[in-house]
Order: sequence, then C-alpha cells, then structure tokens
Amino acid sequence: MTTAVSPAEVAFDPAAPWRRARSVALRPEPFGALVYHFGNRKLSFLKSKTLVAVVEALADHPSASATLVACGVTQAQRPAYEKALADLARSQMIERRTDA
Amino acid sequence: MTALLPPRPTTPAERPVGGRLVDQFEYGLDAPICLTWELTYACNLACAHCLSSSGRRDPNELSTAEAEAVIDELQRMQVFYVNVGGGEPTVRPDFWHLLDYAIGQDVGVKFSTNGIKLDKARAAQLARTDYVDVQISLDGATAEVNDRVRGTGSYATAMRALENLAEAGMKDFKVSVVVTRENAGQLDQFKALTDSFGAQLRITRLRPSGRGADVWDELHPTMAQQRELYTWLLANGDGVLTGDSFFHLSAFGEALPGLNLCGAGRVVCLIDPVGDVYACPFAIHENFLAGNVRDEGGFQRVWQSSELFADLRNPQTGGACTKCAHFDACRGGCMAAKFFTGLPLDGPDPECVQGYGESALAARDLELVTPRSHIDHSHSGPVRGQPTLLGIPSIPAKICDESPLAGIDLR
Repeated sequence: MTTAVSPAEVAFDPAAPWRRARSVALRPEPFGALVYHFGNRKLSFLKSKTLVAVVEALADHPSASATLVACGVTQAQRPAYEKALADLARSQMIERRTDA
Repeated sequence: MTALLPPRPTTPAERPVGGRLVDQFEYGLDAPICLTWELTYACNLACAHCLSSSGRRDPNELSTAEAEAVIDELQRMQVFYVNVGGGEPTVRPDFWHLLDYAIGQDVGVKFSTNGIKLDKARAAQLARTDYVDVQISLDGATAEVNDRVRGTGSYATAMRALENLAEAGMKDFKVSVVVTRENAGQLDQFKALTDSFGAQLRITRLRPSGRGADVWDELHPTMAQQRELYTWLLANGDGVLTGDSFFHLSAFGEALPGLNLCGAGRVVCLIDPVGDVYACPFAIHENFLAGNVRDEGGFQRVWQSSELFADLRNPQTGGACTKCAHFDACRGGCMAAKFFTGLPLDGPDPECVQGYGESALAARDLELVTPRSHIDHSHSGPVRGQPTLLGIPSIPAKICDESPLAGIDLR
C-alpha cells in the first residue's frame, strides 16, 4: 500500500473495525438520519433506522460484520447493508479504526 | 390562511417507510436541510427583479442579540448551514460578527452579495475562514445585459469582488445567476467567466416574487429558451449548482441533477429580516407566513408545529396536475410562481414545459388582480445607477456626466 492512498480510495472491508468519522454528525429524522461531514461539507442520508443504529454502533464492535449481527441485520439483508456502508466509506462518512 | 393550498387529505397522510428520499422529503424533516436567512432589507442596489422588494432597512429587523439567538437555535436543531442573503447582507454593520458567530456555533454560512463590501482585505479574511461560502450575484455575462437589470456599475462591482476573491486564494466561491430572457443565451459565457476565476456557477430560476412580479412577463425565459436551458443542464448540470430551481424542466423528459421537488416548508424555508418565517424565499406573502422567530418556542416551534407547514407536508392529492403523465417528474412546479401569477396552486406552473401554463395564463380572468405582497422595502426615491429595464431613465452617476446643467432648477 502506498502512502498516497487517500481515505476515499480505501475499499470497504466488512471484517475491519470502523466507526462514524469524527468530523461527521448524525441528525435523527423520521425516516432515518441526515449525515453531515464538517470537513468536506457533504450531506448524505441514512434511509433506515436500522442503518442509523449500525453506523452509531460500529465503534463498539470489532468489525462491521459483527456490528450488523449485533444490530439484528438478517443474512438476506446483509448485501444491502454492506453496500450502504461501502458507500458511506467512499464518501468518508465512516472511517477505519486503527485500535484493533 | 391555508385555504389556497391544493386539496390534501383532511387527516394527515402517514409517512411511507423506506422508498425514495424525495417521497420522504415530501413529508417534511425535523429541521430544514438548509434555510435562507435574509439579514436585512437594506440594499445599495435596486434590481428590477428583486424577489424580496429590498431597498430600505426595516426598523424592526432582528438585533445582533436576537440574530445570535437564532444561530444558537439552528445549532441545537443541527441545521448545518444557512444561505444568508438580503437585501445586501454585508451592509449590516454586524454582518462580519454574525458570520464568525455562526461558524463558531458549527452553522456554516453561504452568503449572497452583490460584492459591494468585498475589497481585498475582506476577500483575504474570507479566504482564511473555513466553513464560509460566497456567492456573487450576476445576471448578465456582459455589463450591458447585467446592468440593465441590476443597475449601472453593478457588473463592475461584481467583477472587482470576483477578482479580489480569486487573488486572495478563496476556494469554491460561486457566481450566482438568475436566468432571464436576456441572459439565457449567455450560459456558456457565464461558465467561461466563472471558470476564469476558478469559481463555480450557480444558476436559478426567475420567480415572479417581489419586484420580480413587475418584470416577469418581460424577463422570464421563452419556451424555446427553457428547452435550451434543459439541454444545457443535461450536458453541464453536474458541474453547475441549481438547488431545487429547475425541477419543473424535468417534465421535458429526464430528471435533472439536483432536488426534483418543491422544498417549501418541507426541507427549506425563509427567515426574513424581521424574523418572520415563510415557506420559501420566493413566497414573502402573508399566505405563506408560518410564524416569527420572536414567538414563544422560537424558530423550532414554527418549523415543527405551524399549521401552514403541516399542510405543505401533506402530499397533494387532487387538482389538474396530478392527472398529468408528467406529475411525478415536475410535481406541479413552483408554488410561488403559480401564486404570484394568479394561477391556482393545484394547476400547472406558469412555465409548465408541456404548455399547460401558457394556456392557464391565457385563461385567467381579465379582471384578475394578481396577489401582491404587502411587504415592500423598495427605495422610495431614485437610486444612483438604477436599472434601465423599466424604461426609467437612469440617474447619471454624477449629475454633470450628462450635462453641466442637468437637474439644476434654473427658475
């Protein structure tokens, strides 16, 4: 891995530990949440309350996969949630933890 | 007050679970995504199409302390940024203080200005400040086209401000254009001009709001120009900001980049200089007044509990447009555009690209008096360099520019 890789290019690895990015705020909404990144000023939306719970719980689990299990995401729903998390990783709304 | 809104179910419809974001937005949010806040009605210019009929300061405008309280509230509600405008916001003596205060409270500011106060020092200050965006208003890619609407000298003022921002190394500043019949052919020129400053182009729709009502017939783009604009946006739209301005053009076929929904009272609103909260910046009229930030419960109560906003968050169920094949694309268009041209709110937008707007306008009762806002802060006397669009002779910048004897009463 070269040092020139920016966080945006880091591929999403469900086995890795993640968290909501430190410069990101979540605002609860009836359908889920609005996500705002104070650094790049990007706005995004979490379209389900379970996804909100997942993003908030990422930091408490050893991996994204473990978080999905803990939040009750079924096997059938997993691909959709992993894709949503990959999108959030690409837009820097969630970031890799280095503690594990 | 809400009798004029299109037919909606008497009991509020239940918000769907999941589905498209645009459908969720229709039911409103707990706080606006962003809102427009006009800090003052005072303005050094007298643009012919001013949507807020600005000119003179209102003696009842929010004080510095009251404005700070609004910012505190926006922070609590997690409104992450506001669009600040006016009038000309920078003529408020506490403008720079309020800008810093908002940023300090995590409320980002994007402000619109004609550039009058953006000298080199202010440009450098802005370039150093994170979390602030500047939009310079320009309604012609040439001085000739711009100044006819915005007033003599306003093009030069905007260019000086743009040069100062570029020279100071400001990033991501915007050139903000209202598309008119007179500048619709200049889109490529606007893009080139904007690019030359390293800025970004933002284009919005002319509304018949404020003094815009007086010039709308003359200035709103023709159907052919709307078609060209649509084609241009499809080709260039990703690099150009439009907000929710042109969703009515989606009925030409493809959805345009940006929000294809009327956000009024659902995801956006306006706080005017005296603290009145309207459904949108183009709807300064008592019919669209939801409350005042000075009322008990402040802005949050107005946003979350006003009867008007609750009504707007109840999706439209009846009316001519809901039966149209394009309703899902354009959603009936702009509420303010219909209202101020005297059209019913559940019918077509006056600029409906399927042509229903033209026939609706033609079918208006000849006796019809279009609604007018009672809020008017227009300058009461002549303004230096005022726009020539209305056929009013402009006041020469110096009286002697025209004739040494001009304006002198020799009796």
